[in-house]
Amino acid sequence: MRTLIYLFIGIIFGITLFKSEAASWFRIYEMFRFESFHMYGIIGTAVGLGILIKKGIKLFNITSFYGDPIVFTPKNKSVSRYLFGSLIFGLGWALVGACPGPMFTLVGAGFTPILVVILGSIFGTFLYGLLKDKLPH
Amino acid sequence: MTAIFDPWHWFVSGLMIALVMFFLLMVGKNFGMSSNLRTFCTLCGAGKRSDFFKFDWKSQQWNLVVVLGAVIGGFIGAKVLSTDLAVAIHPKTIEHLNSLGFESAGTSYLPNELFDSLVFSNLKGLMILVVGGVLIGFGSRYAGGCTSGHAISGLSSLQWPSLVAVIGFFIGGLTMVHFIFPLIF
Repeated sequence: MRTLIYLFIGIIFGITLFKSEAASWFRIYEMFRFESFHMYGIIGTAVGLGILIKKGIKLFNITSFYGDPIVFTPKNKSVSRYLFGSLIFGLGWALVGACPGPMFTLVGAGFTPILVVILGSIFGTFLYGLLKDKLPH
Repeated sequence: MTAIFDPWHWFVSGLMIALVMFFLLMVGKNFGMSSNLRTFCTLCGAGKRSDFFKFDWKSQQWNLVVVLGAVIGGFIGAKVLSTDLAVAIHPKTIEHLNSLGFESAGTSYLPNELFDSLVFSNLKGLMILVVGGVLIGFGSRYAGGCTSGHAISGLSSLQWPSLVAVIGFFIGGLTMVHFIFPLIF
């Protein structure tokens, strides 16, 4: 049952990524050239509503559907890992126009070359795992 | 009802993404897609090479199911809920892309120059896809999250590390588009 819920949420997510054109390389390129409001509108709306949702959950002590408390795990306080890591991510994001959600959506949409990006990103994650202890965090 | 076949308005899209995050919270999970890349590494046996991959992958099974859903959703979005896949980007963007050699700008969903299966016989195109993928995988794990975990979920809980990460995503993206693209295209 729970698996079906996750699958359903994933399907809605995938449809949204495709239909919003957030999975389009062109939209990412356009965003980084500041030539359209589209992507900023999507991210801005999601974050704005997200803030309200998370505030609401805290304010009203809303529990999950299963009655468990909803916990937000705070991220470690550090600058270097977030800055260096995100710079590297940003370079890749702009180059292939897809991040770790949309790349899977594009598989379903039938763009087989995106599989090369996915394999690359799995390898990149593996490289991080190997080098982790040598990097500033 | 025909509106669903058109590209969705940014507000509808943002609302739906916020709802996805909300429903994941309501089933006790945190939104974050790049974690799956680590799980894939673990499934491929990467735990033998680094302790970073030694974790109980079953705790992330739910996220793999979300990914499977995102694949199915992509199929539905493209094959069932769309009639025209062209992305109407700004005419100035199209003009600029044409000047870089991207003929398909404004007429397709992804640039044919990189995502048509012809790319499999084009070394430069393949290299771009591989390098881009490696940067995404390495960078997202180093940064502890990607667009979903930092830009959407992290910013929503007003976490400053996520703000640092989002600024970094943009510096990286702007550098690629404005300084590196002219060198490679």
